Amino acid sequence: MAALAEVRTCPVTGFRVHRAAEDLVKANAVAAVVALWVGGLAAIVVLFTRWMGAFPPEAFYQYLALHAWNMLIFWIIFFEIALLHFAGSIMLNTRPASPAAGWASFGLMALGALTVNRAILTNPLNHLSFQPYPPLQGTPDFYLGTILFAVGALLGVGHFFATVHKAYRDRTHQGPLPLVVFGAFTAAVLAVATLLVGALVYVPAFLWSVGVIPNLDPFLWKLAYWGFGHPSQQINLAATITVWYLLAFLTVGGRTPSEKVSRAAFVLYLVAINLGSAHHLQTEPSGALSVGWKWVNTGYLMHLAVLGSMIHAFAVPGSVEVGQRLQGYTRGLFEWLVRGPWHNPAFSSLVLSVALFGFLGGTTGVIAGTEQLNLKWHNTTAIMGHFHGVVVAGTTLAFMGVTWYLLPLIFRRRVVAERLARWQPWLFGVGVGLLVLAYLQLGVRYGLPRKQPDIFRFRGLPLAFPWPEEVYRLLAVAGVGGLLALVGGALFVGLVVATVLAGKRLSDEELRREYALPVAGGARELPAVPGTFVLCLVFAAFFVLMYLGNYWNLSRSWPIGR
Amino acid sequence: MAPGTWWEERVHPLERAWVTIAFLIAVVFFSAMMLIWHGVGHQNVTGQAYRISPQAYQAEVERFVQRYKVGEEAGQPVVAPPPGSDVYMLAQRFRFYPILKLKAGERYVLHVASLDYLHGFSITQPHVWNLQLYPGYEWVIPFVPREPGTYHMACNEFCGVGHEMMLGKIVVER
Repeated sequence: MAALAEVRTCPVTGFRVHRAAEDLVKANAVAAVVALWVGGLAAIVVLFTRWMGAFPPEAFYQYLALHAWNMLIFWIIFFEIALLHFAGSIMLNTRPASPAAGWASFGLMALGALTVNRAILTNPLNHLSFQPYPPLQGTPDFYLGTILFAVGALLGVGHFFATVHKAYRDRTHQGPLPLVVFGAFTAAVLAVATLLVGALVYVPAFLWSVGVIPNLDPFLWKLAYWGFGHPSQQINLAATITVWYLLAFLTVGGRTPSEKVSRAAFVLYLVAINLGSAHHLQTEPSGALSVGWKWVNTGYLMHLAVLGSMIHAFAVPGSVEVGQRLQGYTRGLFEWLVRGPWHNPAFSSLVLSVALFGFLGGTTGVIAGTEQLNLKWHNTTAIMGHFHGVVVAGTTLAFMGVTWYLLPLIFRRRVVAERLARWQPWLFGVGVGLLVLAYLQLGVRYGLPRKQPDIFRFRGLPLAFPWPEEVYRLLAVAGVGGLLALVGGALFVGLVVATVLAGKRLSDEELRREYALPVAGGARELPAVPGTFVLCLVFAAFFVLMYLGNYWNLSRSWPIGR
Repeated sequence: MAPGTWWEERVHPLERAWVTIAFLIAVVFFSAMMLIWHGVGHQNVTGQAYRISPQAYQAEVERFVQRYKVGEEAGQPVVAPPPGSDVYMLAQRFRFYPILKLKAGERYVLHVASLDYLHGFSITQPHVWNLQLYPGYEWVIPFVPREPGTYHMACNEFCGVGHEMMLGKIVVER
């Protein structure tokens, strides 16, 4: 009865897996998938309203809030806490520092998530997604729910640090942290800073909603809010990249071409990324924020974090290339990529996630955050295009990819209908990709506002106006893309639930035989990665062209400013 | 995946080349471009902002409307200020007030503020640009409506249920 033992050795990875850690990983992963399911259902209303005005504006705002909170916060952060339990305990071969603290964290987060969902479902005042700016005011339970969730997450992060410390103290791990744990550690440090700033905005908002504080300065609140809002996305960034390195290792035995460079890139996130707040204040009344302040924050300082991402843009595909070349796929520039294990949904998730995140999510983030270019992007659907490229095509697809390993290795069940699972990353990735492209175009070119549910009728107001035909065509492209993504998402949730409930249990022998990790050689000299270098040059050219293209587009707008 | 003594590893020349290229693009070129555009570009978010009470701002806008009003449309005054002058607009749940009539190619100084919530000043169809508005802050920023046409506005910052009804209009004549 190996399943009941306190600790087991994973037959695939050789990690010492403590049951307490495994249970925490499972609980958080299940909660994440439940949130993904709720957020996906809410997406149906959002999608069909934007596509064809199918639901009234009131429903749109409500379901948009549900969609945003469940996807961006609950799905992603539950999954990240699962990742921290995995990286802290399992990868360092130690028992969790305090399983009780792990469960308290889970309980608080679950309670917080339920409270926020209930608040959104029961009161239209809480139909606030990610611009909940005062003087707009939600009800106290809405703010309380966010605080409970954040405290729970903070506890989970603290527990991760305690577990890492325990691994060193008990000498279950010695020497530097493995790169994946190092990345997770970066995400955890960012999380502490972010969640503390989160308290700085949500605690006053709660006190204001119960009448203790008479009013909040809307300008200062928004400034502080994005000190929480944007760095919270950088946690996702660090976690996503961590998962990419993990997937490269699991799928092709990948190793980063340079531990030194990859780690330095994570450190760049720590020093520079908290400045993302200024990105959200580019079209603010100037004088309240000086041009110099904006430039220093979003220019030199922020771009150090961009540099970190561009380094990972080399090192992650480079890891795959190293793994594949060590296995003998050495012909030409791209044999390593063409002959990758494409039958493995985790591998196609990795490739699609990196490509979409880089080309669509990353570049657009830099462009939207550029001082003048933001004039064209601010609060249009292009911003939705950007963040769906980052956290949906990137983060979500990466997390889905690693789930195909979580199921056999942690839940120890065979994925049901593995052939269907092969299609899942493509449906989801291509769908989100289409949606992103359409929303970028709609936003930058046509200025279509985000959070605008009624561009078809405008409630018959006298100032109503028609949009050009192309807008409706692009909305249909976004609609079809969104629908594909929904089908891909439903397929993911369906397969995961079916596997957890009814997948065939795997014995150690079966795991060893069927899920053996690719062997990537020992301490030999790592091969060079010329294919990755060429891909990166293409990316760099694309990036610079997009950047200049946006300035050209802006130059044709009405002059503004002195 | 034992990292070993990773800080002593040699970095491959290709990767060193990429880090250099990435540094030049991200840190040097992108940052410099923002600064260069302040010198050569005509679209910069450089104006001034003043603290003002909603009542005082509303009174300013009313004076402006009374002075230059030329007609009415959709229950809103249509206001045609002379070229080169200060033009006022206010944002409020759920309207942009008033409708402006301007001359193409002339310079105006835009004053705009919200009376109540955060709103988005978005000239969206055809798309021009977007500004963020706050209650209590009056934006003052010059601009040139370059091409003639009818420009529709829509609030692009969620300002409560009814946000979708917040529309406005600027007419630019030859």
